[in-house]
Amino acid sequence: MSRMEQNPNKELLLDKKWLNEWNRQKKPRPPLSKNIISAFLGGGAVCLLGQFILNLFISQGMPKELAGNPTITTIIFIAAMLTGLGVFDKMARIVGAGLAVPVTGFANSITSMAIEFKREGLVLGTGSKMFALAGSVIVFGVVTAFVVGIISALIH
Amino acid sequence: MAETVTEKIRPVGKRAGNQSMIMEKKAVLAAAATVAGPKEGSGPLAEHYDRIYPDNLLKEGSFEKAERRMLEETCFLALGKLGLSPDDIDFFIAGDLLNQIISSSFCARKLALPFLGIYGACSSLVEGLSLGAMLLEGNFAGRILVATSSHNCSSERQYRYPTEYGFQRPGYSQQTVTGAGAVVLGSSLEEGPRIESITIGKVVDPEIKDPYNMGMAMAPAAADTIYRHLTDLGRDADYYQLILTGDLGEVGKQLNEDILARKGLNLLNYTDCGIQLYYPHQKVHAGASGCACCALFFLGKVYKDMLEKRLGRVLFVATGALHSTTTYQQGESIPAIAHAVALEI
Amino acid sequence: MGSYFMAFLVGGLICVIGQLLFDLTPLTPGHVLSGFVVAGGILGGFGVYDRLIDFAGAGALLPISSFGNSLVKGAMSEAARHGVMGVLTGMFELTSTGITAAILFGFFMALVFNPKG
Repeated sequence: MSRMEQNPNKELLLDKKWLNEWNRQKKPRPPLSKNIISAFLGGGAVCLLGQFILNLFISQGMPKELAGNPTITTIIFIAAMLTGLGVFDKMARIVGAGLAVPVTGFANSITSMAIEFKREGLVLGTGSKMFALAGSVIVFGVVTAFVVGIISALIH
Repeated sequence: MAETVTEKIRPVGKRAGNQSMIMEKKAVLAAAATVAGPKEGSGPLAEHYDRIYPDNLLKEGSFEKAERRMLEETCFLALGKLGLSPDDIDFFIAGDLLNQIISSSFCARKLALPFLGIYGACSSLVEGLSLGAMLLEGNFAGRILVATSSHNCSSERQYRYPTEYGFQRPGYSQQTVTGAGAVVLGSSLEEGPRIESITIGKVVDPEIKDPYNMGMAMAPAAADTIYRHLTDLGRDADYYQLILTGDLGEVGKQLNEDILARKGLNLLNYTDCGIQLYYPHQKVHAGASGCACCALFFLGKVYKDMLEKRLGRVLFVATGALHSTTTYQQGESIPAIAHAVALEI
Repeated sequence: MGSYFMAFLVGGLICVIGQLLFDLTPLTPGHVLSGFVVAGGILGGFGVYDRLIDFAGAGALLPISSFGNSLVKGAMSEAARHGVMGVLTGMFELTSTGITAAILFGFFMALVFNPKG
């Protein structure tokens, strides 16, 4: 008699179908309405601040098309600063996508990597790890722009 | 034919069932020490820790060095309780979560002891206790130091995101504990809880792929090991005054109970270390995890309860998730393991 | 006042889409944000995204989808002038400020601050 037969419980206690059902029923779900409201308010607030800065640059006589870049730069600076001060992660824990989707999230991913890996050195840590999280955003943006750009160049 | 040979070469007497061992010499947990980080130090078990650090860097240059220092200090604290020095120890068995178990290896460099590095993720403490008990059983040692550590920040930056990265953790995620625990295993001449039997677990994979869902990934392994232990030794669950799982958290604890309930096993005296280390207002979602999770609760609290005879028989089951960042990024599921030691006093 | 209201409303709603993707799909933030950039780029190719910016101001300018739009706009406008090579030269024309700022601020923050955990 093999050991397999001696042990009637060899099939383990693990029943995949039952486990999937358990997963569906009992796994805690995110508090969706609360998350949506916080993301809306948080993201809205970031953009409200952005609009304020944008209007400020425009009121200083800057043309509307050119005011966008200094606005983005200012927001990136604020997000990088909050990351350095150790506040950004605590705010993002509350508003989630409200800080992740605006350019604040991009700045945070770069700054947090740069700070976290400075202990591996400025070259091997900060320098090379900086884009480990944000890199995908740039890569897929460039690939998209390349494809769209080529198509438009061929059409015209 | 091969099976018959296997049956024959198995030593009779010390083995029970397929996975369990019964100890004759019964190694004793002669002394234990725990150290904890600031968040753990403001949790409900604060009074039980030997040392609480005011910050998570310990004035070291990195989180990794801080974790190593915690491990070193807890080792010396444990030795100090018996008035021992490293020279009185025959083996140092340790494991942690960092790549190539660097906390343990670098700590072993400082202790300058014969070192066995183990990796069982968060099950390392019980894996170490099991191996230590077997070394003592075989007369290969007189005293063994078993230790483990984890650090929230060093784990986060290795397994997940940099510590300043802003994102929301899911409700079933767990907080990796900052802390370390060490225990001196001695022969039966010493005082303390004795290791009466051991069940070495198998790797069980419920095919969970979400690295935040550790509780669910590890619960089937815990259930499996508890079930094997009880059937191997022919015991009921109420033989133990306490059955303790390592770091399943709220979700995993529930799943473990539900799996065992399906097999007709209702755990009455059961708790999980993961739900004991923090207050609800500390916002750790489903609870604690990490090597130090079960080390802090078991060595900090349960061990003392046993010494003071508030608990007589305890089954301590530590669980570990055996994945790496590479495996889950390549889309593989998270296999898990659980080992059990039965203690009595 | 109208510009503030629209910025808040549209910016908030775009973030809600992100939150729904975070909470209801197994995608990581990296997947979701890359998706936003691709979506912004495609909308930019049809000239839709610029109209959204005219309408919502910072509400459409700050979400990361705007980065995709700017990449596409830079590539397309140079392509219109210099042909296919323009796609390469124009790519970062409009976005270089943001990327440069993020690199510089990230680097200097790393010089000043340590991770707090």
